[in-house]
Amino acid sequence: MAQADVSIKPTELQGGHGHPDKWKWYDYFTFNVDHKVIGIQYLVTSFLFYLVGGFMAVLMRTELATPNSDFLSPELYNAFLTNHGTIMIFLWIVPAAIGGFGNYLIPLMIGARDMAFPKLNAIAFWLNPPAGAVLAASFFLGGGAQSGWTSYPPLSEITANLPQTLWCVALIMVGTSSILGSVNFLVTIWKMRVPSMAWDQMPLFCWAMVATSVLALFATPVLAAAMVLLLFDINFGTSFFKPDAGGNVVVYQHLFWFYSHPAVYLMILPIFGIMSEVIPVHARKPIFGYKAIAYSSLTICLVGLFVWVHHMFTSGTAPWMRIFFTISTLIVAVPTGIKIFSWVATLWGGKIRYTTAMLFAVGLLSMFVFGGLSGVTLGAAPFDIHVHDTYYVVGHFHYVLYGGSVFGIYSGIYHWFPKITGRMLNETLGKVHFVLTFIGTILTFTPMHNLGMQGMPRRVAMYDPQFAHLNQLVTVGAYILAVSVIPFYFNVIWSWMKGKEAGPNPWNAMTMEWTTDSPPIIENWEVLPVLTHGPYAYGMERADEVGPAGEPLPTSRP
Amino acid sequence: MQGAIDSTPVVTGHEVAAHEEHQDLRVLGLITFLASEFLMFAGFFAVFLVFRGSHVQWPPEETEVELLLPAVNTLILVSSSWVINLGTKAIKKNDLAGMRKWFGITAAMGAIFLAGQVYEYMNLGYGLKTNLFSNCFYLTTGFHGAHVFIGLLLILGVLWRSRRANHYTDITHTGPEMAEIYWHFVDVVWIVLFSLIYLLTLI
Repeated sequence: MAQADVSIKPTELQGGHGHPDKWKWYDYFTFNVDHKVIGIQYLVTSFLFYLVGGFMAVLMRTELATPNSDFLSPELYNAFLTNHGTIMIFLWIVPAAIGGFGNYLIPLMIGARDMAFPKLNAIAFWLNPPAGAVLAASFFLGGGAQSGWTSYPPLSEITANLPQTLWCVALIMVGTSSILGSVNFLVTIWKMRVPSMAWDQMPLFCWAMVATSVLALFATPVLAAAMVLLLFDINFGTSFFKPDAGGNVVVYQHLFWFYSHPAVYLMILPIFGIMSEVIPVHARKPIFGYKAIAYSSLTICLVGLFVWVHHMFTSGTAPWMRIFFTISTLIVAVPTGIKIFSWVATLWGGKIRYTTAMLFAVGLLSMFVFGGLSGVTLGAAPFDIHVHDTYYVVGHFHYVLYGGSVFGIYSGIYHWFPKITGRMLNETLGKVHFVLTFIGTILTFTPMHNLGMQGMPRRVAMYDPQFAHLNQLVTVGAYILAVSVIPFYFNVIWSWMKGKEAGPNPWNAMTMEWTTDSPPIIENWEVLPVLTHGPYAYGMERADEVGPAGEPLPTSRP
Repeated sequence: MQGAIDSTPVVTGHEVAAHEEHQDLRVLGLITFLASEFLMFAGFFAVFLVFRGSHVQWPPEETEVELLLPAVNTLILVSSSWVINLGTKAIKKNDLAGMRKWFGITAAMGAIFLAGQVYEYMNLGYGLKTNLFSNCFYLTTGFHGAHVFIGLLLILGVLWRSRRANHYTDITHTGPEMAEIYWHFVDVVWIVLFSLIYLLTLI
């Protein structure tokens, strides 16, 4: 059934049999409907935005090396902190984790030739670069938005009107992209699996993407509504968020966090999926608790829609709401804990290969436990009220987003780079990259918790001299992180051109994307593969033998 | 018309299967997208309800909501949902002329709805900026109106494409089906909107 739905028409392809061997380099700069091209487009653009956002962070940390404002003007500092957050979330982690890995891997993992709606997919990608251009333009047309990535009114309505408008437009663009992408992921996973693959034989990355897509589908439009209202307030004289005219600023916070809390799960659920793929391959063991991991993703998705008010404990929130949202927030720790323990149990007794992908995955485990625990403390209203809007919050979310999402993206790149490019990354450079990243992360984000506990507010360019020492430590850590990307980018560029040939399955992995060439041919397989074993049947009979032919092997399911 | 259908090349079983498969997916994709779209309206409605609940006088005294015209408009839009359904039923029986007739009537009803909306805007005693109620009123009805307009374009697009022989048949009718689903969506949103913004002012 599903393979009849070949979405690329033969007439759109050139060459013999209608199958060119591979795309030319310039195909990657065009409106191309191949999911692999789109995945690479997402990854490459997001890694470029990562440099832009990181550059802003380095400049901000340089400013914060001393208590006085002596490097950036306060306005520029505000613009950097606003756009650092916006770029890192909406143009780096979300497009890399969801758009990049999702588009590249899902059809390959489920045995489809492309996504369900290839053109829609390309449109979704091509909304991203213009969004970045709009944000860049906001710097030249009035100095950039000033009100933080949350853009709370009234601040967002009284400062830098034109840049703020552009910021809203950029967010609506990336939001639309995210919604279109999610429609595609859901329909693809639902309807285009190879006929022999049941729901519970899908790789766990696909389960994670189901949860991610549902969240994006239900939460993103509410952000779009908030952006539209903010746009109207700024430009068309309405007063939705203007208290002097009867409006209400807290309404904006509700709309914003109804999206933006699920957005943190958008940024971590695909990473959980990557973890569930990388760990069994490099530990040579079946995943522990397949169903528990799959369903806990769905639980996070469901519970995650009802926790948003924990960002607003200090916004005059009623006591009953504080209690409700404290409880629902703490509940999220349960499915997350299930995953953590399942991964640890998968590692337990495995024949672990310390590849760079595995190092980042294990690094993520420790980082995420730390960041998750500080998240639990923040979810409890009595504690949150004390540290709200301090560096404790900054430390917490950088631990989960850098130690979690960014580590996961790195891990995924080291794992799937051979599939994407057909060449291996250099492992020595990879390990240098890992050590620098690991040390830099701890040095940058751990002291932030102390600073927050001592009362240093976030989003300030100047601070009390008593905080100077810890801030200098953070700045040094940030410089190490800045240096850490050099071996990585060098490794990627060099290996892409000159790396060792990878062959179809360098890791002896068992999911379906490894049954085709590296890089996969256009339309992925000459003949669609037949599912002969579960995705994680390691250590079992014929485990290292992966091919389309053969008898059914035991699945990984207990 | 019947002759034109007979003279087409024979469609092989494989092609039919492929086409049917694709049809399903597009309809499914549209429904998924509309579920998301509905949440955007839900955001606007939630904002409206919060303001309504937190203001003693809602809508403010000087702001009179006109009811007769929107009620007639509601009737037109709701019954057009039934009319467009007759259109897709017709094409499923390979009755192209029937489909074109019902889709044409739906388009006319949609256009009357939009004209009524514009007429209402021009005759109300308040504008977008007047007060918080009028902010909400124009924003939600305006956004809905924009969606009606898109739905109208979809229907007109179907009508335009139906001029080609055999473009829509009892097997290939995804276009009309999707236009119908979108039109129902616009209708459902309007029913919620009408209840909240118009009917609730009576209480």
